[in-house]
Amino acid sequence: MKNDKVPSALVAVISSLGIFIMIFILYFLTTEGIPVLREIQLKEILAGRAWYPTETPPSLGMVPLIAGSLAVTLVSSILALPLSLLVAIFISDVAPSFLRDLLKPVLELLGFLPSIVLGFLGMVVLAPWLQERFELLSGLNLLNASVLLGVMIVPIVASLAEEALSSAPGELRDASFALGATRWETVRHVVIPWAKPGILSACLLGVMRSLGETMVVLMAAGGAAILPESIFDPVRPLTSTIAAEMGETPVGSAHYHALFFAGLILFAMTLAINMLSAWIETKGSVIRS
Amino acid sequence: MSRRRFVDCAMTAVFWTSAAFLVLLLLVILLYVAANGWSSLSWEFLTEPPRDSMTRGGISTPLVGTLQLVVVSMFFALPIGVVTGLYFAEYSRNGLFTKILRLAIRSLAGVPSVVFGLFGLSLFVVTLGFGSSLLSAGLTLGCLTLPLVVTASEQAFRAVPQDYRDASCALGATKWQTIVKVVLPAASSTIITGAILSIGRVAGETAPIIFTGAAFYSPDFAKSLFEEVMALPYHIMVLATAGVNIEKTRPIQYATVLVLLALVLGVSSAGVVMRRRLRRNGR
Repeated sequence: MKNDKVPSALVAVISSLGIFIMIFILYFLTTEGIPVLREIQLKEILAGRAWYPTETPPSLGMVPLIAGSLAVTLVSSILALPLSLLVAIFISDVAPSFLRDLLKPVLELLGFLPSIVLGFLGMVVLAPWLQERFELLSGLNLLNASVLLGVMIVPIVASLAEEALSSAPGELRDASFALGATRWETVRHVVIPWAKPGILSACLLGVMRSLGETMVVLMAAGGAAILPESIFDPVRPLTSTIAAEMGETPVGSAHYHALFFAGLILFAMTLAINMLSAWIETKGSVIRS
Repeated sequence: MSRRRFVDCAMTAVFWTSAAFLVLLLLVILLYVAANGWSSLSWEFLTEPPRDSMTRGGISTPLVGTLQLVVVSMFFALPIGVVTGLYFAEYSRNGLFTKILRLAIRSLAGVPSVVFGLFGLSLFVVTLGFGSSLLSAGLTLGCLTLPLVVTASEQAFRAVPQDYRDASCALGATKWQTIVKVVLPAASSTIITGAILSIGRVAGETAPIIFTGAAFYSPDFAKSLFEEVMALPYHIMVLATAGVNIEKTRPIQYATVLVLLALVLGVSSAGVVMRRRLRRNGR
């Protein structure tokens, strides 16, 4: 085949923009985030329990924020991941084919549900209900945000896990049925082990989405920078802290840099989860082939 | 009934119940929003700007603002995304560059939306001096949706049968001619579907635009790229958390949520349906 050099070089140059965007994200997060260390020690940021950024001098301990992020992520995962997997197995192995054809696009569509809509419902519907039902001071709390985050990630995780499950070859299932196994035994001992890397990676991506989600926690988590002791305590995760405070802080202040530093922490955590999930995926496909 | 059969039946019941629970839950959410927003919805609501400190009037300015943001972000993400997809599908060898590019796109897809906001703030608003504007917010959203466009276009290019390329090259066409005249037209409808799906994502995003160009309130549409715009998702947040008389404007809030939902789910379902049809025809 004849090859023309210029367009292929051009294609490579334009494609590399993706790399540049990634580099820029990293660059700006570090150059805007690291300067906070000039004013406050790293130890104080990562071990400090007081987040009062507007006082003079500001105290910028991020323990409550990180704990808030981890808490909503943990609770929402506990609520959402089992349901996601059950739904994924339902679609891949249990549902009649017409239902499968209907549910798969519906699930995908629900992955597009704007998070602001869920945040709004958390504030307006779930919070008053929780407040009345459990006689709380406020319904805006860890549980509220986690439930909504759960609703948000179920379609995403279920979609991905379903893809992994239904990519298990039909012969495997047939062989298992031929040996007299029931459907549940087949799913449990044949299909799930086969799809394990895909399922794990789907769960990790769900966890990553929970950790990085902003609007739901901004509107429904209550926003108090304290260490949560029960699921009814309000929390202030990293994401909502950035979104709520960025607009009101002067550019270049310690607070400003601290928020970028919070972004850097968030970025590092999500990137680690993302890479772990990518690693599991490649490792899984290598073992299989 | 043996124990094994019993367990199997019980698990089947569990699977059906959980699927039904999920569908029911989501239906309730959608119907609840529709029921509460429907009464305030009218033609005037869609075509009039907010009035009286946003306690009355419509949502024309945020609606148009969201459309403007979608257009700007697509102007950025679509060409770059399609070219990157083209690179993966047609040019890439298993070299270092391809590996890094894949890694970058994959990481980009996982960056939290609020971090995109920080990035947009420092690059577009501050460093490039675009200020808080339609341009900054649109470009930020474009970066956020880039991985989606890349993945969709790569799949579209890969779905084009190899025979097409072989036939074109056999007639003496260069690789570039083959791509432009044969592969791109064959892949274009699938690419457009991917673009439609990314529009659905862009229209509903809030966090990246809060400090890159979304306006709390603006009396008119943005007439240039360097003006701030109102946007539907941010408008919902403003009305629900910082508006004048939050309780009294609930009907307006619900109606705005309903419009956003209809817009996002409408656009995305069009994309999903189109893609299914294309796949079926492809087989």
